[in-house]
Amino acid sequence: MKCIFPFLLLLATLGVSCSDDDVSGQVAAQVSLRFNHNWDGEEFQTSNFNTVGYANLNGEKMSVERLRYLISDVTFESSDGSSFTVEGYNLVDLTNETGLSYQLSDSVPVGNYTNVYFTFGFDNEDNQNGIYPDLNTALWNVPEMLGGGYHYMQLEGKFIDSTQTETGYQYHAIRAVDNSGEELVFEDTFFQVDLGPVEIQQNSTIAISMNIAEWFKNPNQWNLNQLHSMMMPNFEAQKAISQNGKTVFSLEGVFQE
Amino acid sequence: MKRPIIIVLFLMLLVACSKSEGGEAPEYTATPLSLDVPAFFQENILAPVIPITNPLTEEGVALGKKLFFDPILSADNSISCAECHAPSSAFTDTDRFSDGVNGVLGNRNAMPLFNLAWNFDERFFWDGSATSLEDQVFHPITDATEMANTWEKVIGALEANSEYTDMFLSAFGEGEIDSLKVARAIAQFERTLISGNSKFDRFLAGELELTEAELNGRDVFMDETRGDCFHCHGNPNNPLWTDNLFHNNGLDSTFVDLGLGRVTGDPADNGKFKSPSLRNLAFTPPYMHDGRFATLEEVIDHYSEGLQNSDTVDPLMKKVAQGGVQLTEQDKADLKAFLLTLSDDEFISNTAFREQ
Ligand code: HEC
Ligand code: HEC
Repeated sequence: MKCIFPFLLLLATLGVSCSDDDVSGQVAAQVSLRFNHNWDGEEFQTSNFNTVGYANLNGEKMSVERLRYLISDVTFESSDGSSFTVEGYNLVDLTNETGLSYQLSDSVPVGNYTNVYFTFGFDNEDNQNGIYPDLNTALWNVPEMLGGGYHYMQLEGKFIDSTQTETGYQYHAIRAVDNSGEELVFEDTFFQVDLGPVEIQQNSTIAISMNIAEWFKNPNQWNLNQLHSMMMPNFEAQKAISQNGKTVFSLEGVFQE
Repeated sequence: MKRPIIIVLFLMLLVACSKSEGGEAPEYTATPLSLDVPAFFQENILAPVIPITNPLTEEGVALGKKLFFDPILSADNSISCAECHAPSSAFTDTDRFSDGVNGVLGNRNAMPLFNLAWNFDERFFWDGSATSLEDQVFHPITDATEMANTWEKVIGALEANSEYTDMFLSAFGEGEIDSLKVARAIAQFERTLISGNSKFDRFLAGELELTEAELNGRDVFMDETRGDCFHCHGNPNNPLWTDNLFHNNGLDSTFVDLGLGRVTGDPADNGKFKSPSLRNLAFTPPYMHDGRFATLEEVIDHYSEGLQNSDTVDPLMKKVAQGGVQLTEQDKADLKAFLLTLSDDEFISNTAFREQ
């Protein structure tokens, strides 16, 4: 009880200091990213999990049982070439419906951006072994024998194989590593996802959609019968996954609040 | 630029609050206790879950411990929690199904109790049906296959015991003993049960070396082309050795016990059970929710060639059609050796966790 008065005072002051009501006066905005999913244009939610009824380009019927992926370092690029990056990462987990909305930790200067982009996965500087307690808690780690660091994506489910048997697939994305020789040889597989021009004038949500089917499409038509398992130590598979990932995301729209 | 203003305001707020609080008689608070969290837990994973409604106190933990070991909670004064959750067995028992009051058997294997404060989703039991440690206490006391008691009788017995009335007073202040206080005290004690000093923990800390067999076993565990156990049971960056999530690891093609499916009502969850931690396996046989495997050899054979297919089998269970990951005899033996390095002798002999 006794604390309510100062609290009100605090709230009032905050209200005054933060909400510059005339839009033109606002210099920075709260921005969040919203991650939606679709299968070739058809909305895909957690309730669509476990149904072995989605056809990939190769004609295999498949399901999704688990989908988690990491994005990092959202960047706003201006026409003069300067850019504003919000360092940080977000684990999108459609299985448990967490991380679907990612509130950027820094407010973003209002402006007309020529491109907004983020990193799918971690760049090598951020991909340090074991340093993020929340990701360790989520068992997001990559084994040290494959160079450590973290997964970029875990997409799992079942498909009907050529013998008509429901078979599990594990489409896991990590930094490509060739472990056939004495020393591990790496190739970068994180990539930049460009959303294109975005105007931020006030607090906004940037809605993004991932077309899950696209992971199996372009440029590499995926054949799950040939490759559905043990992809983490598979150097070529990791490079192919990364190539296919470049077209999975698109900007749905920017919603002002 | 706004941040300093906010900080100043907060400071003012604090001052304002503490001042106005000063004059009044303080509400009773027991002695706060902070968990003795191993440093590498703190560095590697998120902080433990301690509900603000039930902070740990010395008196609360002492009371919870006494209750945990006291058969007073059971219908005929015959069994305590420790009957099925014995410290020497990492707080489980050695039976496949435990005897409740009057020798009635349950249908699931008793679970070991440690590192429970790091079950972040707070879904307890093999099927996740208990939603917090406090909530969990409401199950065994009245469960006909466990303590078969009523709360009325439990509270009556505790009220009639002056040692307990004193202890409840010092843990929770004035007021009647009730089921919630019993649950809170036991949950507090359970949160103190931390296991973090296995051979593997000491290896990670650089205090000792593992044998060749143990190291190869770790690699089998971590290798996606061999054991591939880590996606569910974890890796050296996480001291819990479980994801605390629910999976069907291919035990059966049809289910007697629906597991998570019974709780959610979703057929896609049938046959899913919580991944157990792989700490302290040396003390916790038999294994699985129904205790079907008496030895770790049987567990490993299951993953290697015994998998059963079903609609809900986890996609991470590979080569189900061939029965599993097909480990060599050498890799099987080494995997077992590695699993045993996760057992923590200090935990089972810790006198703080024993009945006095
Ligand atoms: C008759 C044996 C028996 C008794 C007595 C018993 N338990 Fe259990 N306990 C079990 C079994 C069996 C399970 C697993 C039940 C299930 O999953 O359905 C279990 C599970 C638990 C769990 C869940 C652990 C986890 O990781 O999810 C906790 C906590 C627990 N018991 C605490 C207690 C407490 C506290 C008491 C005393 C009030 C108690 N038990 C009494 C047999 C017993
Ligand atoms: C898909 C996730 C998953 C994978 C991968 C997995 N497990 Fe499990 N494990 C589980 C689940 C779930 C249970 C409990 C199943 C039950 O009781 O119905 C379990 C139970 C166990 C148990 C019994 C523990 C106890 O206290 O009863 C052991 C030991 C074990 N797993 C070891 C392994 C090993 C070794 C591997 C690799 C060869 C492995 N697991 C791979 C999910 C998994």
